[in-house]
Amino acid sequence: MPRLSLFASLALGLILAGCASEPVMQDGIRVNDPYEAQNRRVHAFNKGLDRTVIAPVSNLVSSGEKAPGQTGAMDLVINAGSNLSLPGKVVNSVLQGRPEPAIKNFFRFAVNTTLGMGGLLDPAGKDFGLPEQDTDFGETLAVWGVPEGAYLELPVLGPSTQRDAVGKVVDLAIDPLYHLLHRDGAWAAFGLRVASKAGERARFGDTVDSVLQGSADSYAQVRLIYLMHRRHELNQGGAEIDPYADTAAQDAIDPYAE
Amino acid sequence: MPIPPRRMPSTLMPNDRRGVLALIGGAAAFSLAPIRGWSLDANQARALIDTALGEVYRVINSGQQPAQMYRDFEAIFARYADVDVIARSALGPAARQADPRALAAYTQAFQGYIGRKYGKRFREFVGSKIEVTGARPLKSFYAVTSVAYLNGRAPMEVEWHVSNKSGRDKFFNIIIEGVNMLASERAEIAAMLTARRGDLAALTADLQASG
Repeated sequence: MPRLSLFASLALGLILAGCASEPVMQDGIRVNDPYEAQNRRVHAFNKGLDRTVIAPVSNLVSSGEKAPGQTGAMDLVINAGSNLSLPGKVVNSVLQGRPEPAIKNFFRFAVNTTLGMGGLLDPAGKDFGLPEQDTDFGETLAVWGVPEGAYLELPVLGPSTQRDAVGKVVDLAIDPLYHLLHRDGAWAAFGLRVASKAGERARFGDTVDSVLQGSADSYAQVRLIYLMHRRHELNQGGAEIDPYADTAAQDAIDPYAE
Repeated sequence: MPIPPRRMPSTLMPNDRRGVLALIGGAAAFSLAPIRGWSLDANQARALIDTALGEVYRVINSGQQPAQMYRDFEAIFARYADVDVIARSALGPAARQADPRALAAYTQAFQGYIGRKYGKRFREFVGSKIEVTGARPLKSFYAVTSVAYLNGRAPMEVEWHVSNKSGRDKFFNIIIEGVNMLASERAEIAAMLTARRGDLAALTADLQASG
């Protein structure tokens, strides 16, 4: 996919172009969202897409689901798709200078591709104690000291930051799978990964629906949840909230300040 | 007869480690002793969460109707969480100007809303388990750590913040994989209050119907 590199550099330039604003503390966490107006338009689009297309399709898929504990068709797709994501994760762990997750994911890929019949099953996780070690190029950039940047909501892909958006593009470009496979194979692999993501959306459908369709301000909720979860994943978690200290501070009246 | 050289008591050789630990332990126990009377300790914080989770799972596995389950979750929330401080913190600065009776009505509605909202999520926990893994002091309170094992998902870290500032041991925040309940409810309640142009009574009515 030689076009990817051109696309990647274009996207990088676009995303990094112009953005200097002051992050603010909101609801106890740091939020840097200078593109809020644009982001909210994308959010309205994503929410509509979710309600009209994604949720009905994923409900349809999961309605033919089985008793808990049993392996259904959707699990196979999710497994196969996430198995294909492992080579890229190995590359990222190496780039981060973290050999342990790289080795674990390498063996996970080897076991599931062979014993797990091309990744349809997950014997590595079930029998070998090798669960997936999640990572991506956004994390690699964080390890390298690149700041998080502004919050972005991407069409279809959803919440992100400038750093993570660049990471997504670079992940496509550096994935060894796409370099090893022929063009049709690469597209098939890409399709499977997309289907796997859709399967995960179906599995966690109720939770997604409750946030997207059940919040008074779903944009603010998604932004908050994404930033808190992502910073936790990257060990860049925020400060703890102490409501007792807050109340004390709120109750203290300083007449000189007024 | 030559006397074998004795180790100086100040050099901390491996053999001395146990003694040093005992000393540190003793000093810690001594310095904590005066606080014991009113301070919560790690074991108590941990026990609170263990007990609360035990009750939550009894409800989850009871097979009752959802409406009954939500009422039971609300009762557990009221028993083990510091509802007053959570509700007040979620309301933010508006809590300061609120009339006490309106604030009490809001707090009551908030409690029901939490019972329903989180109760719906708990129903996905059928067949899962949560293990309490530890407790550590944090700022002026305790953080109790636990791991949730859900079907078909990677284990999730769940942290509980426990304080006794209300006069009893209660938890006031739950952090699931970094996602903080207080922060998330602050954003949600602020949005609901803005939609009602700051009218607390209208917000209270909305809360009674949502979650």
